[in-house]
Amino acid sequence: MTGEPILQIKEVTKTFGGIIALNRVSFEVNRGEILGIIGPNGSGKTTIVNCITGFIKATSGHVYFHGKEITGKPPHKIADLGVTRTFQIMRPYYSLPAYKNLVIPLCSPRARRTGGWRGGGRLGDRNTVSIDIMEEIGFERDSYVPYKTTSTLPTGYLKRLELARCLALKPEMIICDEVFSGLSMSEIASMVPLIERLQMDGITLIMIEHRLRELFQVSNRIMVLNFGEKLVEGSAEEVMADPRVKEAYFGSEDIEEVMSHA
Amino acid sequence: MNTAAQQRRKERIDRGIKVRTDGLYALMSWRELAYLIAPRSILIVGLLILPLVMPGRYWPRVISIACIYALVAMSFDFLAHYVGLVSLGGAFFVGIGSYLSAILNTSLGLPPLIAVPVATLAGGAFCTLVLLPCLPLRGVYFAIVTLMYPLFMARLIEALDIVGGTDGIMGIDSFPSAWIEQYGVIVMVLIFLFGLRRLVNTDFGLVLRAVKDNDQAVKASGMNITRYKALAVFIASATGCLAGACLAHIYMWTGISTFALDFSILPIAATVIGGSGTLVGPVLGCLILVPVSELLRDFGTLRIVFYSLILLAFVVFRSDGLMAYGQRKYDQFERWTKI
Ligand SMILES: Nc1ncnc2c1ncn2[C@@H]1O[C@H](COP(=O)(O)OP(=O)(O)OP(=O)(O)O)[C@@H](O)[C@H]1O
Ligand SMILES: [Mg+2]
Repeated sequence: MTGEPILQIKEVTKTFGGIIALNRVSFEVNRGEILGIIGPNGSGKTTIVNCITGFIKATSGHVYFHGKEITGKPPHKIADLGVTRTFQIMRPYYSLPAYKNLVIPLCSPRARRTGGWRGGGRLGDRNTVSIDIMEEIGFERDSYVPYKTTSTLPTGYLKRLELARCLALKPEMIICDEVFSGLSMSEIASMVPLIERLQMDGITLIMIEHRLRELFQVSNRIMVLNFGEKLVEGSAEEVMADPRVKEAYFGSEDIEEVMSHA
Repeated sequence: MNTAAQQRRKERIDRGIKVRTDGLYALMSWRELAYLIAPRSILIVGLLILPLVMPGRYWPRVISIACIYALVAMSFDFLAHYVGLVSLGGAFFVGIGSYLSAILNTSLGLPPLIAVPVATLAGGAFCTLVLLPCLPLRGVYFAIVTLMYPLFMARLIEALDIVGGTDGIMGIDSFPSAWIEQYGVIVMVLIFLFGLRRLVNTDFGLVLRAVKDNDQAVKASGMNITRYKALAVFIASATGCLAGACLAHIYMWTGISTFALDFSILPIAATVIGGSGTLVGPVLGCLILVPVSELLRDFGTLRIVFYSLILLAFVVFRSDGLMAYGQRKYDQFERWTKI
């Protein structure tokens, strides 16, 4: 099901003043797979996303996409290559109607190049396309929701909007930074099939999660970060059996919940 | 224990004509058409008639100057409200535009009607180029840096004694006729007003507003925000340069006073009074503020006090400006209801 590596992270280190947020982290992501990244709070998960997508510059180390180095490129160039991300702290355009949020990525060079969408004609094709994408991601087309001001939407919709922004770019890869957090059990349950469909559409995913059970359900491989270092990597069972992981998560609710279901 | 005053409240009801969809007008009747067109036509006709009803030669000139300020104020409002770049450097655009047009006219012999558009475009390009390093700055930092630009230019011209030094440039040609001079700026104000309003409603304008709302998400959408900001700054600075270029030909003189703080501050005050984010508001604000400050000229330095009081009153009592207030009155009925 999964193919050759398309994203390679080599020895990436990031320090903030004295804090070592990432310490020589290396891993690969294969085409078409879902890689889950877990780790306690502050273990550097968001930092690795920022380093890959160019939002912060790694202190040292290299990132390759399709074998080409993308280290140090500005975020818009990396997104233009098809590596998109969601933000842990959601970043919608609060003052705009929800569907207008997608008109912006649809204006990007990548969206215009990858065609599919029929450009932006005078009568607002982009608006139509954005409603289409929103329907795909779980907004009801005929309800008022897509037309509401974004700031009035509940968290569940904002998380979907984050994903929709990535989809508008016809991405090769989506890095999801905690799309499940803050959602109710039923909302997560409705998101899981969505994630599975993205994978079937051939999109490679990295999913950062604290909700281990749902993550294990969708992901092919798991990597564990702790204090900015990679602890282990492997299948869900292998990872959870590792004593170091248990130690890192000691006392945390995440693991107890999973263990109690295991 | 309710008093009489507490038992009634003001009720606001929409006039109920919502015919504007995205770029399409679905008009039901002449009344609705009139309802939509009336405010626009009052503005257009009002502006065109204004110089005719003004007595003497002095007041029509005041209107021209008000229009010059209106262009600068629109440029400020566009940048601040739709792109999120609060520029205190209106005088920089005015100064560059006026010096460029003056030089093109006096040294190269270009007639005003050619020098002005060339100065507008070239000045816009020049201002954008020198502001490029400041584009990543945000909020107060961008404001402070842009405030320095005109001051810097004025000192540079003074110290190096270039382009006329402290005397300025004299002997600039005036516009071919008094009519062109009078109506040229008025028509320009109208063109830029409606042009900018249209622009901010396109997808390009939407991206600009997104940059203001949340630039990280725009970057994550694969767009180069510096390019968008630079384009917006070009549009705004070209508007300001046009104002400066017209000024040079109206006064037939230019000097370092075009870099003075007035051109940076008055447009901002006018925007506050008229209503920021409306683009029309700043124009109205200038049409009020400039004549008022002319009337108060007799009071000498005391007029600053009046001036400050007006501004203070607006900030405290009508902080959303005249336009927002007027729009509410126009779009909604108000009546008292008992509760
Ligand atoms: N901009 C920054 N400046 C200074 N320190 C930072 C910065 N960003 C992150 N850090 C530090 O780097 C470490 C890793 O942070 P990061 O946000 O990557 O953690 P995380 O794994 O995403 O945590 P969480 O599960 O809470 O989202 C933390 O100790 C954090 O305090
Ligand atoms: Mg995080």
